[in-house]
Amino acid sequence: MLINLILLFALVLAALWTVTTPRLIRAIVGLAITSAILSVIMYQLSSPLAAVFELSVCSGLISVIFVVTISFTRRVSKEELLVRRKQKIIKYWYLPVILIAAGLLLNHYLLANLNSSVLPAQEGDVRNLIWNSRHLDLFGQAVILLVGALGVVVLFKEPKK
Amino acid sequence: MSAPSMYLFVFFGIFSALLLITGIYCMLVSFNLIRIIIGFEILVKAATLLIISAGYACGKSALAQVMVITLIVIEIVVMVVAGGVALWAFRHNDNIDPRELGNLKG
Amino acid sequence: MLSLFILAPLFLLFVLNLPLKPVNKACFWLAGVLLSAQILMALGHALCPWSLYPDKLGLFFVFNLVMDNLTLVMLLVIGIVSLVALFVGKSTIILEEQRFNFVSLVLACVIGMNAVVLVRDIFSLYIFIEITSIASFVLIALKKDKLAIEGTFKYLIMSAVATVFMLCAMAFLLLAAGDLSFAAVHSAFYNPANAGLLKCGAGLFLCGLLIKSGVAPFHGWVPDAYSSAPAGVSILLAGITTKVAGVYVLLRLFGSVFILNAQFQNILLFAGAFSIVMAALAALTQDDFKRMLAYSSISQVGYIILALGCGTPLAFAGAIFHFFNHAIFKSLLFVNAASLEKEFGSTNMNTLAGLGNKSPVTGFTSLIGALSTAGIPPFSGFWSKLIIILALFSAGRFVYGGIALLASILTLAYFLAFQRRVFFGKTESTLSSAGTSWALRFWEIALALITAASGAVFVLVHNNWVLPLKAIFW
Repeated sequence: MLINLILLFALVLAALWTVTTPRLIRAIVGLAITSAILSVIMYQLSSPLAAVFELSVCSGLISVIFVVTISFTRRVSKEELLVRRKQKIIKYWYLPVILIAAGLLLNHYLLANLNSSVLPAQEGDVRNLIWNSRHLDLFGQAVILLVGALGVVVLFKEPKK
Repeated sequence: MSAPSMYLFVFFGIFSALLLITGIYCMLVSFNLIRIIIGFEILVKAATLLIISAGYACGKSALAQVMVITLIVIEIVVMVVAGGVALWAFRHNDNIDPRELGNLKG
Repeated sequence: MLSLFILAPLFLLFVLNLPLKPVNKACFWLAGVLLSAQILMALGHALCPWSLYPDKLGLFFVFNLVMDNLTLVMLLVIGIVSLVALFVGKSTIILEEQRFNFVSLVLACVIGMNAVVLVRDIFSLYIFIEITSIASFVLIALKKDKLAIEGTFKYLIMSAVATVFMLCAMAFLLLAAGDLSFAAVHSAFYNPANAGLLKCGAGLFLCGLLIKSGVAPFHGWVPDAYSSAPAGVSILLAGITTKVAGVYVLLRLFGSVFILNAQFQNILLFAGAFSIVMAALAALTQDDFKRMLAYSSISQVGYIILALGCGTPLAFAGAIFHFFNHAIFKSLLFVNAASLEKEFGSTNMNTLAGLGNKSPVTGFTSLIGALSTAGIPPFSGFWSKLIIILALFSAGRFVYGGIALLASILTLAYFLAFQRRVFFGKTESTLSSAGTSWALRFWEIALALITAASGAVFVLVHNNWVLPLKAIFW
């Protein structure tokens, strides 16, 4: 329980730092850290699959999306923008890689060590549940990705001038 | 509901509430559309924590994991659409200050 | 058979996105045929209960979809309003690329809404509500002009906050019930050990759904989103999308899954009455036709919430009947707005005056829509309001019944003011008609006929559609 308490405090502190830091790029790093701490808490609560997902997607992919959006919304010329975007990618390429690697390591370590708990035994297996009895959720995920693709087609097209 | 489960849920619930307050604060005070989206992300983190702890406390962590995985997929799509909208707001106003969005009044 | 309601639009969506020239050209007609088939299936269900046939696709997919009378009414409304929105979009959206994206997104919305009314699991409900909402965000932003982007962002943020409330509520319900299917949650309500958790869960859900339905304290996004969207999209939004994602879920969950205790009843009654009066007063001061209609929509949603808060089977049936009527006459009025916008280039009531001679069909049908909204006897809006007010009085809620009765006068006031400014009076010569579209006139007349006919044959509608709805309320 003590480790959980420390992690939860770290989670809230990371979120507070995300909110209060004046620079936008630091706020995004803060969000990625918050996400990483949350995924460790998820391992502690015997949810390894969701934790891997949270770590790779929420701290990896979402940071990338944010950085791309921010680099679009700067008042700079096109050439400068391209250079900056390249610099940013060079500067921060390691963040998603490190996070994904850390996720895999934690997965390996924690799955070996997670055994006992005082709570009711966990029933069911995620893979069985999602592939055998919750088809509608899978179907919904497929449709939502399709809608997201349509949204990208509509919203991210460069305006004709 | 057994006492240890309830204790665990309340324990995590307090921190989830703190995260919720942080996120709502971020959405209310910031003058940047991207920061509003960050505030929304923090709110979703709070909800994720609450769902995972509820699933763990009642021994249904498999169902909770299915929920969280789906939730993350949906959250990403919402984020991408919100990012696209913020981008267009920037193209129209030349900045991403929500105070510029005052043309329509409630 | 039931899974066809979500698989058929998805299949069409895939086919439309294949690079086939003739299919892409016929996209409006293909989608129109699909939606007409949905209307016919919903109407013909009483004659031929096709949902009883074994679900062949059920061998591959475990979807757990269930049909009942409420779902049937919803499928009918979704079919009608989406069909009208689709063809209004056909005659108002000009750019080829936008037209194609419009059809795809309307189909995505239809998948989401059909699934929302068919599922029996709270988490799946959430997924499909999100699909509907995301498709409508993109639809509002379709033209990407300044106001539309602003309206989209406001709607997006309010909807996202509502979603977080609903997710937190689901955590409470999961802990109390151990599963999120409607049956499990409903039976958990009979176990007194979980009372506190369930009350928290239901309360958080109520907060989220009130934001999603746009009820008075949380209504800020409604007029912005409706008025800034393209014409076809505002019909879809006002008529059905936000109603299914918010109001239908409220009716379903608080009508047949959660137990509606006295506290929730009071909250619902107060929220309903407050939004009826506040939105009607705000509608009086608007200059833009579409914004006025948006406030009118908030006010009519108030009636539905008020009826749900009354907590009797009669009021519940009245609420659903009013839902149906509202979808029809609000779509009619938004088609009128689209017609005015196409013909005269504006929906601002200060620039439009004395159009009665220039566009008689629009003037006459908007009068029918307005009278039906205000609850004037021959039209269907009168009967649903009558049921709601009678149910309120018979449940002993005299104050709320009185508010509902008096607010009808306010509704009549703002609609008559609009009619007088725009259609009656002397014609201004400066306004030039840019030619009108027969397609828009056709839909105006069709919707006016539906609202007049369902009022005229009310006894039939009451016995076949409204009475069976009482059984849904637990």
